Amino acid sequence: MQWLRKILDKVGKDFQHGGKLEKFHAVYDMQDTVLFTTADTTKSGSHVRDGMDLKRMMVTVVVAMLPAVAMALYNTGYQSNLAIAAGAHALDAWQEAVFAALGLGYDPTNLLSNLVHGAVWFIPIFAVTAIAGGIVETVTAVIRGHEVNEGFLVTMFLIPLITPATVPLWQIFVATVFGVLIGKEIFGGTGFNILNPALVARAFLFFAYPAEISGDKVWIAADLTGVDGLSGATWLSRASSAGMGPEGLGNLDLMDAFLGFIPGSMGETSALACLIGAVILIATGIGSWRTMAGVGIGTIALSMLLNAVGSETNPFFAVPFYYHMVLGGWALGTVFMATEPVTSPFTDTGKLIYGFLIGVLVVLVRVVNPAYPEGMMLAILFMNMFAPLIDYFFIQANIKRRAARYA
Amino acid sequence: MAAKTKEILLDPLFTNNPIALQVLGVCSALAVTTKMETSVVMALAVIAVTALSNLSISAIRNYIPSSIRIIVQLTIIASLVIVTDQVLKAFMYDVSKQLSVFVGLIITNCIVMGRAEAFAMQNPPMASLFDGIGNGMGYGLVLLVVGFFRELFGSGRLFGAQVFSLASEGGWYTPNGLMVLAPSAFFLIATFIWVLRTYKPEQVEED
Repeated sequence: MQWLRKILDKVGKDFQHGGKLEKFHAVYDMQDTVLFTTADTTKSGSHVRDGMDLKRMMVTVVVAMLPAVAMALYNTGYQSNLAIAAGAHALDAWQEAVFAALGLGYDPTNLLSNLVHGAVWFIPIFAVTAIAGGIVETVTAVIRGHEVNEGFLVTMFLIPLITPATVPLWQIFVATVFGVLIGKEIFGGTGFNILNPALVARAFLFFAYPAEISGDKVWIAADLTGVDGLSGATWLSRASSAGMGPEGLGNLDLMDAFLGFIPGSMGETSALACLIGAVILIATGIGSWRTMAGVGIGTIALSMLLNAVGSETNPFFAVPFYYHMVLGGWALGTVFMATEPVTSPFTDTGKLIYGFLIGVLVVLVRVVNPAYPEGMMLAILFMNMFAPLIDYFFIQANIKRRAARYA
Repeated sequence: MAAKTKEILLDPLFTNNPIALQVLGVCSALAVTTKMETSVVMALAVIAVTALSNLSISAIRNYIPSSIRIIVQLTIIASLVIVTDQVLKAFMYDVSKQLSVFVGLIITNCIVMGRAEAFAMQNPPMASLFDGIGNGMGYGLVLLVVGFFRELFGSGRLFGAQVFSLASEGGWYTPNGLMVLAPSAFFLIATFIWVLRTYKPEQVEED
C-alpha cells in the first residue's frame, strides 16, 4: 500500500497548514483517515483505560444495527411480494423496473427475491441519505475548520430504517439536510446536539409531507387499490381503531410481530433484530441498559394502568404492553435512539428516569391521542429536550448530599 | 437632525431589530405569517399603532405622573388598537377575519409598550414618531421575510397567486406542510437571526 500512501502524501501537501488548499483540509483528512490510520499521536503521557474513540463507538452501533438492516431488506421485499402475490400491482417506479429487469419474480417464499426486492427500495434511500448528510457534514466541517467525524455514520443507517420504503427520494434528501443541519450542526456538531438528528429528519418528513409517511398507503411497496381483503394499514393504526377486536390486533400473530413480518417503516418491524442489537450494545457498554430498562418499565406501567382503567370509546386502552413493545418503532427507538449518549442524560439515575418517561409518553401518545397511532418518535424527541434538566436535578442532589456529609 | 432621524428610523431594521435582537413580539410573528397578505396587513397595523402611540405618549410625556404612567400608556395604546381593529373590519373584512384576535392582541405586543416606555417617555414627539415607525418596520420586515417563505413553500403561492404549480394539480411542487404550522416560523426567525448575526457579529451575545 506504500504507493497509495505516497500519492496521498503528495496530494496532501497542499492541504496541510500553509498549503494553498489549507481551507479544504477537512475534505482531504476525511479521505486520508478512511484509508489509513492517522499519523498524529498523543505527545505527552496518556492515560488510556480503553481505546474507545468515536469511530469505534459508531462502528459498534452500526454493527449492532446490521440485524435490523438485514430485516429491513428482507421484510420490505417480503411485504411487497406478499401483496403482489395476493393480487396487488407493482408500483409504477424506477425501482420496480430495476427489479423486474433482474427477473426474480414476485415470490414471497423466495428468500433471494425478497432480499433483492427490499434492496431496490432500501439502497436508494440509504444512498441519498449518505449523500445529503455527507454534503452537510463536509460543508460545515470546511466552514468551521473541523475534521469530518464519524458522527453521521449512525444517522445514515437510522434514517432509512425509520422511513417507509416508498418515501420519494427528494424528500429523504431534504429531510436529511434539515435533520443534520437543524438537529445537529447548528448546535456545534457531533457531541453538542440536543436532539437526535435522525428523528429530527423523520419529524420533518412527518409534519412537512404527511401524505408520504402516514396513513394506510405507504407502508407496503405495492399498489393495493382494488384488492379485497388487503389493507396496508399498520397494526398500530388498526389497534387504534379496533383495539384487540377481530378488526384490530385480534388476528395478529404475536410471533410474526416479534420477528418482524408485518408492514411498517423499513427497519422498525423486527423486535428480534433490535433485541440482538440491544445485546451487542449492552455487552460492549455503548448503549445504556438503564435507559432501555426505563423505557420498558414505563411502557409496562402505563399500559397496565390503562388496561385496568379501560375505556368504552377508545379500544386502544385494552392493548396489553407486549403488543406495544413489538409493534411500531418501539424496539428500534428504545435500543438505538433513546440510548444515544449525547441526547440522553449522563447520570445513571437520570437515564432510568429518562427512559421511564419515554416509555410513559409513547403509550400516552399512542393510546390517548387519536391522531397519532405511533408515538415513539415524538416521545424520544420530547424527552431529548428534558435530558439536561434531568441531569441538572441529579447533579444538584448529589452536590447537596455530599455537602451535607461534611456539614 | 437629518442624520439622527435617519438613524432612529432605520436602525430598528437591522442594527436593533425588535424581533431579531430584542426578541420581542415573536408570538404574533408565529401566528399571522402563513400568508403574505396577512403579514403585510399585520405589519402595517403594528407600524400605525407604534407610530401613533409613540407620538401621542411623547406629546403628553411631561404631564404623566410617573406612578400611573403604565396605565396611561396602556389606555392610549388600547384606544389605538381598537381604532385599527375597527378600520380593518370596515375596509378589509376578509383579512381582518383571518387575523382574528391578533389585531386586538397588538396591545400585548411588547414592542409597542417597550418603545413607549423606553423611547417616547424621554424624547420629543417627532423623534418618537420616527422611532415608532422604525420599530414597526423592523417588526414588519421579519414578518414579511417569514411570510414570504411560509407562503411560498407552504402552499406555493405569493399574495394568493400561484407561483409554483402544485403536484395535486398536475404541477411539480409538493407543498411543505411544516411551513403551514407555527413551528416553521420559529425555524425561519432563527435562521433570520443566524444570517443577521453572521453579517453583524457584534449582535452575538457573549456568554
